[in-house]
Parts: sequence; structure tokens; C-alpha cells
Amino acid sequence: MAYSFPEEVLEHVFSFLSSDKDRNAVSLVCKSWYEIERWSRRRIFIGNCYAVSPEIMIRRFPEVRAVEIKGKPHFADFNLVPEGWGAYVRPWIRAMSAAYPFLEEIKLKRMVVTDECLELIARSFKNFEVLVLSSCDGFTTAGLASIAANCRNLRELDLGESEVEDLSGHWLSHFPDNCTSLVSLNMSCLGSEVSFSALERLVARCPNLRTLRLNRAVPLEKLSNLLHHAPQLVELGTGAYSAEIRSDIFSSLAEAFSVCKQLKGLSGLWDVVPAYLPAVYSVCSGITSLNLSYATIQSPDLVKLVSQCQNLQRLWVLDYIEDTGLEALAASCKDLEELRVFPSDPFGAEPNVSLTEQGLVSVSEGCPRLQSVLYFCRQMSNAALITIARNRPKMIRFRLCIIDPQAPDHLTHEPLDTGFGAIVENCKELRRLSMTGLLTDRVFEYIGTHAKKLEMLSIAFAGNSDLGLHHVLSGCESLRKLEIRDCPFGDEALLANAAKLETMRSLWMSSCSVTFGACKLLGRRMPSLNVEVMDERGPPDSRPESCPVEKLYVYRTVAGRRVDMTGFVWTMDEDAATARL
Amino acid sequence: MSVPQEHDYIGLSEENKASDKILSSEIETKNVLNLKETELRLGLPGSESPERKSGNGVSLFWKDEGNNGFSQSPLKNFVSGAKRDFSDAIKGSGKWALSINGGSEGDLEKNDGLFSPRGYKGNNTLPEKEIPPVKPVEEKKIESGNNTPANKAQVVGWPPIRSFRKNTLATNSPKNSDVTAKSGSRCLYVKVSMDGAPYLRKIDLKTYRSYMELSSALEKMFSCFTIGQYGEGFAGKERLSESHIMDLLHGSEYVLTYEDKDGDWMLVGDVPWEMFTDSCKRLRIMKGSDAIGLAPRTMQKCKSQK
Repeated sequence: MAYSFPEEVLEHVFSFLSSDKDRNAVSLVCKSWYEIERWSRRRIFIGNCYAVSPEIMIRRFPEVRAVEIKGKPHFADFNLVPEGWGAYVRPWIRAMSAAYPFLEEIKLKRMVVTDECLELIARSFKNFEVLVLSSCDGFTTAGLASIAANCRNLRELDLGESEVEDLSGHWLSHFPDNCTSLVSLNMSCLGSEVSFSALERLVARCPNLRTLRLNRAVPLEKLSNLLHHAPQLVELGTGAYSAEIRSDIFSSLAEAFSVCKQLKGLSGLWDVVPAYLPAVYSVCSGITSLNLSYATIQSPDLVKLVSQCQNLQRLWVLDYIEDTGLEALAASCKDLEELRVFPSDPFGAEPNVSLTEQGLVSVSEGCPRLQSVLYFCRQMSNAALITIARNRPKMIRFRLCIIDPQAPDHLTHEPLDTGFGAIVENCKELRRLSMTGLLTDRVFEYIGTHAKKLEMLSIAFAGNSDLGLHHVLSGCESLRKLEIRDCPFGDEALLANAAKLETMRSLWMSSCSVTFGACKLLGRRMPSLNVEVMDERGPPDSRPESCPVEKLYVYRTVAGRRVDMTGFVWTMDEDAATARL
Repeated sequence: MSVPQEHDYIGLSEENKASDKILSSEIETKNVLNLKETELRLGLPGSESPERKSGNGVSLFWKDEGNNGFSQSPLKNFVSGAKRDFSDAIKGSGKWALSINGGSEGDLEKNDGLFSPRGYKGNNTLPEKEIPPVKPVEEKKIESGNNTPANKAQVVGWPPIRSFRKNTLATNSPKNSDVTAKSGSRCLYVKVSMDGAPYLRKIDLKTYRSYMELSSALEKMFSCFTIGQYGEGFAGKERLSESHIMDLLHGSEYVLTYEDKDGDWMLVGDVPWEMFTDSCKRLRIMKGSDAIGLAPRTMQKCKSQK
């Protein structure tokens, strides 16, 4: 039947499809739709840089304008992935510099980026607009200078929480005088002081600047100057929020804030001197996102600030807020959707603040829209978890970290199985879960039975046997990422569920009981998976096959085994029992 | 919830032996009960590591109790010159592991680290109705009071906090009187490189309380490189002895140096430990021959800093 639309019409229709899922579905309809779609795709998201190669991407999608790539496994954030593991962005930049001359956006997460890469980006893409580097490392401020100097249309430069070798603050002065295009600048991770006058002039000449996140070195006394030049700011990250207590500084700061009528997000706030907090009160009613996670101030000051922010949707705060502060939060901020409570003294033997499970329970009771939680605390109970689960069945992300990772229910001394079981049973939309506490195989049975929408699960020091892992792998239908450390999971569950691994993005297991022999077997049986063993004791075949491997990272790929591995990573595959470059 | 019943699809049974239909013959019959073979140990492949072995087994980065025997020699390798021989300075037990080994039930064979994998043994699987014994947990609670904050930080990557946040918390100025930057609560990641090693490492200086601890940890971390250098030619099954490795390290005369806040490279060990951790930005294990000339400056620098 030739009742087909002309290509141009289809292309126009497809241009309204932004979601990758939709576009992927469209590509499967027929060959001509596949062709039309691939020529019209402009944005690519690659969740694992080793799942596909730059060549494959370029071959299929020739007209891409925006690329987002993620590299190292999540546990790299906690130093579980040794330096030199991989995730180098260079091959991607090189390939794209030739194939995508009109590339506009590059967003990277947990990748190794060098100054050479940054220079290449600066030179190769004439229309380059957006560079976001989240938790990346490997570059210096010299690389930033290249970007500043050469990207004429730069709209967004966001360094996230990257580890940058900070040679000096001079890079900022490389923005040419005719650069007026900045919309978003996040330099909060840098240590060195930039030239304030260069910063001020930059801010003043960029009328579209919406997001400005300063680094700690920008002094509070000068903040009002910047705000005067950018009253249209929507998101502000202050520098150090401390200065000698002087009324002139205070009043100019308060006045500057009062002019920022569009301000919705506030962050930075290092070294807060409480006396200066009232300067922001005028903007509090408009604030929807507040990051106080570096503000080492006590609960009363925190409460005074937070209770003014009635429209607050997201709060990141240190545990100085304590249970009483969270109760006040629950009373004032009815629109709260996301709460993250970080530990102020994670390595102390004894609690330094009065923050318990009760604080989270209060928020779950008072905030009907609460859907995303990251909570560090020192004690938890099944009763609290059950209450939270019943209060907030619409929970989407629930991450609980008890400082002592195998702490039982502090009231009954039982495992926290039933508590987390209640979470997965009640919160049917749960997509992400991190658990700690004393947990047996039982909790995994609950998860496998109920957590059907769960996409990411993080487990540490939990479970008793392979049955636990088996429950998760066989029951969690939507599972994409599974990361496990220090659990007694071995070979059986892994091998029995090998096929499941092809439906997931990745599996991480460290300090578990998976043997080298099982890894070899998995690698041989599953050609579409890269089974990587990391072991700093030396080659795995120098130890018995029954010896557990230190770290295992398994991911699906169409790019074959990677060739950039360093001396402690081995791929298990068909060619050799262990193959390493 | 009903008690999890024994299921056959993965061949798990009460006895839970590895020889079942799922596993191919390529996998040796895993003797699940043989804890010794499967436990993660830091010793050389297959070696008995007499000096490092403990009754309960040890996981990486953890030092056995009462294991002072070997702690003396590595220090010599990191500090050149007779002047800076730490072996005299070592006193007492190098006990910085969480001491929770006592009281573990025999058949659980829990390692001395609370943070080691449990349940190697088959009879731990099903039906898991009873909770794991409370006793070890309570003991841990009692013991933890005896541990300084530095001990808790020794599990790599726990609690799961990003380095950026950890380092920021560490450098928060202790203005607020209720908020004291206790030395045990800070965390400081520094890169450690070794001349000739293919990759560098990152360690948290705050997990160590003395030069001795640091030195032995580094020696453990980097011993695999030295093995690598000399081990390539060995047949797979040949084992290098502990003392042989010590000889190699000693013979190569490696020296531990660090870059301080001012960007100068200094020999490790000249200043008090606290001062060292405050000023150390990066560590480098370099060949002794390259380190000549570092010594005199350190003394002068210290004097000028006073």
C-alpha cells in the first residue's frame, strides 16, 4: 500500500518527538521510518560510554547537535573505582570534531576530560553553546581558559562537582569583551579566586544570565555588586557567606537581594554567618530550591530561614537541622518534593546532633508532595519506615544511609526487612532505592515481589545468600542499574540470571563472593556483555578460580570489549580466559 | 510474609553445594565451606603470608590484630637514611582495625571487620527466619566507643559521601563553637603516585593516625606493582615469598615524599603527624636516588614556618 506520507511530512512530525524512547520506537516501525528518524535525531543520550562506540553513534546519527555521555559507575563517587579505570572522553571528542562540526552541546558525567579535549572542543565546534561537566576530572583551569576564549556563543558553562586542577583564577578573564551570551555559569567547585572585576564585567554584559554559581572565594562584601548587575537571576550560588559584621555590608546585601524578584534557587552558602541570613529574607517567598548543605549553622537559624520559604520544593541541608527543624519544615513547606539531609560529622563515633528517624517521619507526614529523599542518620526503625511508606505512597526516590551500615531497628533490634518491605510494597512508583541497616534475604524477597518499577538499586552490607540477589534479578522487571558492595552474593544467582543482565545497563559488585571462575563463564556465555574484573592484587588467573574477585562490573554493549583498560582491569570473554591489553 | 521456601530453580538446597546443574564443569567445585581459599586477602597469590594471616582472615586495607611483626620493615623502604628510621618510633600494637572479631559465632566465621562479606557458608541461606545474631552487633556497639573517630572512616567509600562534600566539610572553618572540626571527623583525599607504577591511587589521610599506619597501608597498596615488575617472568604458580618482596622494596630504596601547601616536595616524616596532614597535598613514592637534596630543606622550612 502506498499510502505513505512524503518524507518531509514525516520528518516534520518526528521533530515533535523529543523523548528517546519515542524516537527509538519510531525507528522500529519500518526501514524508511528508521532512516528518516536517524537523520532527524538531534540529541543523543549515552548512559554508559562503553555500551556503544563513537563510530557507531556517528554512523547511525549523522546530524546530532547535542550529546550527553556518562562514564564511570556510580560507586566511583565514593572512591571505589580506582584511578585510571577509564571513561576517557577523548575518543568521543575526536570523532565528533570531525563528524559533527555543528555540535552545540556536550554534557558529561563521571568522565575523564583533559585540557586537550577542552581545547579540541573550543577549536572544533563553531556553534558550541553548552558544556556541562558533572563529577568529571582530569582537566585544569587552563582548559577552561580555552573554552572561555574561543566559544563565541557560549551559553552554559557548568562545572558541577568536578575535580579540577586549579592552577589559577585567571581563566575567567579569558572571556572576550564581546561575549554576551552567557545564560548559566557554575564555577562553584573551583578553589582559586578569580579576578573580581573580570567577573563583574562579565556578569554585567550578559543580559540573559539566569544561573550564576560562584565559588567560595568570592567574598560576601562584593556579592551585592554582582546582584545589581544581574537582578534577573533565577538561580544564585553565593560564595562564602561570611564577613565582618557590619551594617553597611548588610544593608547593601539586603537591598541587592530585594531587587532579585525572579530568584528561585539559592545555593553556595559556605561558612554562613547567621547574622547575614536575614539579608535574603526578601526573596524567600519565591524560593523553590535551597541548598544549605554546606551551611554549618544550627537548627534555630536554619528554621528561621526555611520557614520563610513557603514555596520550597527542594531542600538540601545538613543534619544540624535536627528533628525539631524538620518538624518546622514539615509545618511550613507544604510543597516540598525533595529532601536531602547530609551528615555534618559522618566519621564521628557518637552522634553530634539530635537527628533521628523521627525527623523524616515528620516530613513524610507534613509534606504531601514528598517524593524524593536522601537521608543520612544514625538510627532507624521498622515502625518509622512503615509510617513513611504509608504516608507517602507516591515516593519515587528513597535513599537511606545509616552511618553504621548494619544497624538494626534500634527499638526492636530486628533487621529492617519489614520497614523496607513496606516501602516497596506501598510505593508502587518507586524508581530508585538505596538501603542500609541490618538486612537479610527477606528484604530482597519483598523487593523482588513488589518493586516492579524500580530502576536503580544500591545495596551495601546486606543479605545472607545468593537467594537475595536472585530475588532482585528475577523479580525487578524494570531494573536498569544494580550496585552492590560487601554482600555475600556469589556465583549461583549471577549465573542463573545471566540473561537478565542484558536487559540492564550495568551491574556492579565489589567485595562480594563472586569467583573468578564464574566471571569467566559469564563472559564466555554472554557475548553481548562486557564482564570486567578489577583486581589490584594482580591478574586473576594467578589465583585459584574459586577465589572471589575484588570488583566486578558487567554491562551490556554493542561495542565489544574496550581497549583502553589499565593494568588492573580484565575483560572475561570468549577469546581468552582473561584478555587484557 | 511467608518464610522463604527452598526453591530449586537455582539449585539451592539446605546444603548449598556448588556442584549443581547450573554451573558448568568449568567451574571447580567450589568448596563453600573453605573460607580460607575464598576470602579476600592481601597476601601474595597463594602465599600463606604468615605475618599477615590472622585467624579470621582479613580484607583489603585492614590490618590484623597484633600484627606488628612486619610493620617494622616497610618503613625503612619509605624513609631513606638512618636519620628517619621509624622502626624505633613504633610502639604498641598497630591496632587500627575495628575490633569486632571477638564473639562472632564460629559457624558464621565473621571476619574481624564488621564490613566483610558474611554468609559464605551454605547453611546460612534458607530458611532465613532467624535474624543474624544480635551479639556481634551489640559487641560492635560496645567496642565502637573505644574506637576513635579515625577508625570508623576506614571502610573504603563509607559512608557514601562524595569527595567534594567530604573535602568541603573538612575545610569548613571552625567558627561556630558548637561545630568543631574534630581531627577525626575530617577527611582528606590525596593522590599517591609511585615512580614506575602504571596508575596512581587516592587515599584518605584522615584514616591514619600515624606515619606507621600510613606507611604500612601504602606498602600494601603498592606492593602489587613491585610484584608486577618482577613477577611477569614467573610461571603462574610460582610464589614469591614475603621476605623476597621486602628485599625488592628495600633494594630499590623507595622513599616517601609529599607536596605541601606551598608546592614544595618534602620527605615524609620530619614534622609532627598533625602538621603533616594539614599541609600534605599529594604523595609520591620516589626512588631514593631522586630524593637526595630534599632533606636539608625540610628542617629549614619548618624553622621558618614557626
